[in-house]
Amino acid sequence: MLKMKQAALAVALCAAFGAQAAPVKVGIALDISGPFSALGTESRDGFNLAIEKLGGKLGGVEAEFLQTDFGGNPEQATQLVTRYLQRDKIDFFTGPIASNAALAVGPALFAAKVPFISSNPGPSQYAGKQCNPYFFGQYQNDTYDEAAGKVANEKGYGNVVLVAPNYPAGRDHLNGFKRTYEGAVKDEIYTRVGQIDYAAEIAQIRAARPDAVFFFLPGAMGINFIKQYVGGGLQDIPLIAPGFSADQDVIAAVGEPMMGLINTAHWAHDLDLPANAAFVAAFREKYDGRYPTVYAAMAYDVIMHLDAAVRATGGKVDDREAVLKALREARFDSVRGDFAWGRNQYPVQNYYLRLVDKDDAGQVTNRLVGTVMENHQDAYVDECRM
Amino acid sequence: MDAIFVTEQLLNGLAYGFMLFLLAAGLTLVFGIMDTMNLAHGSLYMAGAYVAARVHDSSGQFVLAVLVAVGVTVCVAAVLEVLIMRRLYRRDHLAQVLATFGLILIADDAVKALWGPSPIMAPTPAALAGPVHLMDGLPYSSYRLLLIGVGVLVAVGLYWLVNRTRMGMLVRAGAADRQMAEFMGVRVGRVFSFVFLLGAALAALAGALMGPVSAVQIGMGEAILIPALVVIVIGGVGSVRGAFVASLLVGLIDTSGRAFLPPLLREVLSPSLAADVGPALASISMYALMAVVLTLKPAGLFPARA
Amino acid sequence: MTTVDCSDEMSPRALRGGAHGRLGTWLPWGVLLALAVFPLLAPLLEMEYYVGFVRRALIVMIAATSLNFIAGVGGMVALGHAGFIGVGAYGVVALVDAGVGSAWLAWGGGMLAAALAAAVIGVVSLRTREVYFLMITLAFAQMLYYLAVSLRTYGGDDGYGLYVPLSLGAGVDALAHGFYWVVLALAALVFAFGSRLAVSRFGHALKGIRDNETRMVALGYPVFRIKLAAFVGAGAVAGLAGAMLASHNAYVSPSLMHWTESATLLVMVVLGGLGRRWGAPLGVALWLVLTEVLKLYTDYWHWPMGVLLLLVVFLAPRGLAGLLDRRGA
Repeated sequence: MLKMKQAALAVALCAAFGAQAAPVKVGIALDISGPFSALGTESRDGFNLAIEKLGGKLGGVEAEFLQTDFGGNPEQATQLVTRYLQRDKIDFFTGPIASNAALAVGPALFAAKVPFISSNPGPSQYAGKQCNPYFFGQYQNDTYDEAAGKVANEKGYGNVVLVAPNYPAGRDHLNGFKRTYEGAVKDEIYTRVGQIDYAAEIAQIRAARPDAVFFFLPGAMGINFIKQYVGGGLQDIPLIAPGFSADQDVIAAVGEPMMGLINTAHWAHDLDLPANAAFVAAFREKYDGRYPTVYAAMAYDVIMHLDAAVRATGGKVDDREAVLKALREARFDSVRGDFAWGRNQYPVQNYYLRLVDKDDAGQVTNRLVGTVMENHQDAYVDECRM
Repeated sequence: MDAIFVTEQLLNGLAYGFMLFLLAAGLTLVFGIMDTMNLAHGSLYMAGAYVAARVHDSSGQFVLAVLVAVGVTVCVAAVLEVLIMRRLYRRDHLAQVLATFGLILIADDAVKALWGPSPIMAPTPAALAGPVHLMDGLPYSSYRLLLIGVGVLVAVGLYWLVNRTRMGMLVRAGAADRQMAEFMGVRVGRVFSFVFLLGAALAALAGALMGPVSAVQIGMGEAILIPALVVIVIGGVGSVRGAFVASLLVGLIDTSGRAFLPPLLREVLSPSLAADVGPALASISMYALMAVVLTLKPAGLFPARA
Repeated sequence: MTTVDCSDEMSPRALRGGAHGRLGTWLPWGVLLALAVFPLLAPLLEMEYYVGFVRRALIVMIAATSLNFIAGVGGMVALGHAGFIGVGAYGVVALVDAGVGSAWLAWGGGMLAAALAAAVIGVVSLRTREVYFLMITLAFAQMLYYLAVSLRTYGGDDGYGLYVPLSLGAGVDALAHGFYWVVLALAALVFAFGSRLAVSRFGHALKGIRDNETRMVALGYPVFRIKLAAFVGAGAVAGLAGAMLASHNAYVSPSLMHWTESATLLVMVVLGGLGRRWGAPLGVALWLVLTEVLKLYTDYWHWPMGVLLLLVVFLAPRGLAGLLDRRGA
């Protein structure tokens, strides 16, 4: 009997101490294998750089970062999130690259009141009808395309041909472009998801003779398309793309043939900001002189954002309302500069124009050319009832 | 839709078809002669692409890169043949599928360990980077013309090999009736090794040549394996002639489906419906073709077996 | 021709008698009991997360059993079985979208849709044999995949979220592990039914067709109808698995039907032992547990699974079940 009491006391004391020393847990679901493996690895590099910078702590408190590969499969993402929620009891979640994974895991996280800080996906559903206080976006998917539409207007392209894979995200991106573009759309070409050979589509573009071509082809599809486009001798018809089709990972696989491609994004590695310069320098030092992609930049920002939020709550992450308030109000030095949170918790921020060119050392990379939109908000905020 | 457009699309269909042929030829030979389903054929293709891309990127010599890629892949294939494939020839197809699927998994991780998970740079050879003006108003990718050229050479070479040489005769005998060939004194083991290595060389060649026009990444082998399997099934397993006809057919139909179907549908259906149906139909055109062929000729167009 | 052990692999061992025979009859009941009480014991072992893991494994096992039946007993090795899982899942999506709230109705609808798809695909595919059958089933599954990807109404590649869980009936819904026990009950039924069917007249006829189709035709059996019946039945069961998976994940996406899912399912079945009674459960358990554990420790989790496949092909050709059988006998 006495032993039991002693044991109970010991357990209670341990629990008390344990509660104070419990680290903040961040669940990160990574695309290390699967269709977005290149981007997922970039994300991981960004996360690790930030974690290293903060010494493995968030807001001065010990933190635990659980990183697991879910292979780009939304079904596996749901299983992973279930494990994170039930077994590991995470306090925050981030990581997936693709919108379909974000849509798959969102409901479970929101129901468990675990904030999901996006490190890339910005689905229109979470910006509009299904907006939720537990989701924080980096940018809304369509905004890159809206910026590209504006660029096409400014450059005086009277007619364009649009290319995207035949799935809802592809159509959404083209709709985003059409939202701001004021010229004529000569043709909308939808390709097969995962298509390797684009000769047929390139011939169609050649026959249509537009002023420019806007395409949304993520990952390997974009690499194939650009290589074959240039090989087909169509360089005189300018290519415009949203930033994800023209970032450093694609440049690494295509190289010089890509020069001259203009693209839009909410960040550029040569943005003149102290936080950004420090980030890029640290990244290049840690990763063999390689320039970071927008995915690494966003991942880095997520950790910094969490750091500021946890600090604001004083390390106590159990009070969910306080955590949300901290996430919304915490100020941190984002690598993209100042921005405000929209009502739907997607940022209201600037969008820039980048050109694929050579830097001073002769390396092919994106060069910041101008600002396309300032303090731009996404088109779905009015559908949000928050 | 003018003559230039149609000509260009026909050339595109041929180019894609020849690319498929390089891969399908090796696959159908291995399947036809050794009755072995080798899913790892796609991994040999990937090996060829990776080695060629790395050699070309560092040396700047494209021909050298292709030769090295074929050489290295054949060596790897030889090791594979001795260690694993030989023990699979007598097994049933399911065991072969399982074992070669296992090889794919190992190959994917090996490539990831050697060259990382991101797609790598596979530059187009400088001499072929620009277009060739075939007709007035038709600049065509010179690299694609090279692909068609190589495809024709390989087709002619294989035809000569299979129909005009002694080895080819042994190969045909083995394909038609393995046991009878054995009874007639054919050194079946040597023929098998030869066929497997030839298949590997063709796959590596295909990979090395496809690198500059596609993404060189993990999983590229599996992505092209499916169209290659469709081709050999349509053509009839074991028949190189069948693989040739089928790959050109698949290439032309797939390309035409993508090029001509959407505008055609737009004439007939409402724009939004055409936008939904057109690309979906184009995606499945290759599979629909296979389903139709198998319904009419359940063993493919030119079955090799007696 | 697929080489399968010709001894009565799927018969209840009780018929053989002896110590091994008693194990054969007791084992399924023991496993069922253990699985039934597992959710109640889980909190004590701090394994609450694994209840969901086991539930998913049971659903996958249902699909694997249906594939094991047609491939092992029937010799019809299909590489497009994930297509039927997908049709079942999307059947549920369509019904939920139309306002259905009952799980039984939705799952039943999914099963029916999958059975219909299997009937259509079967009529065309079953005229072919061997590798041609493998490829044509793959082709149809790919067609279904591309169809699902482009369908905007049901989300396409973004998938479809089932935000309101389906109702299993007031009594069951109230139980914390109601869904789990329903899945377990259905899995047990499928297992038992599969075992019995394999040694029934239908099962023997199917085995006869697998071993020598010409002879069966000569003997006057309606060979095509028997094969089609088996194929459609398996498709329906796979559809049920897909429907339950939709409820389990509360989300459906075309990735369910990707050809790698079909290949993985086939691999699991062969790993466990093709045509064997415990083939599907063992194969599914082994594969899911191994991948889960490996992923915790390394990025490079593909190659150990590859090595495992090679080992099984060369050292344990009758799968894990075959290996355990030999030791027992």
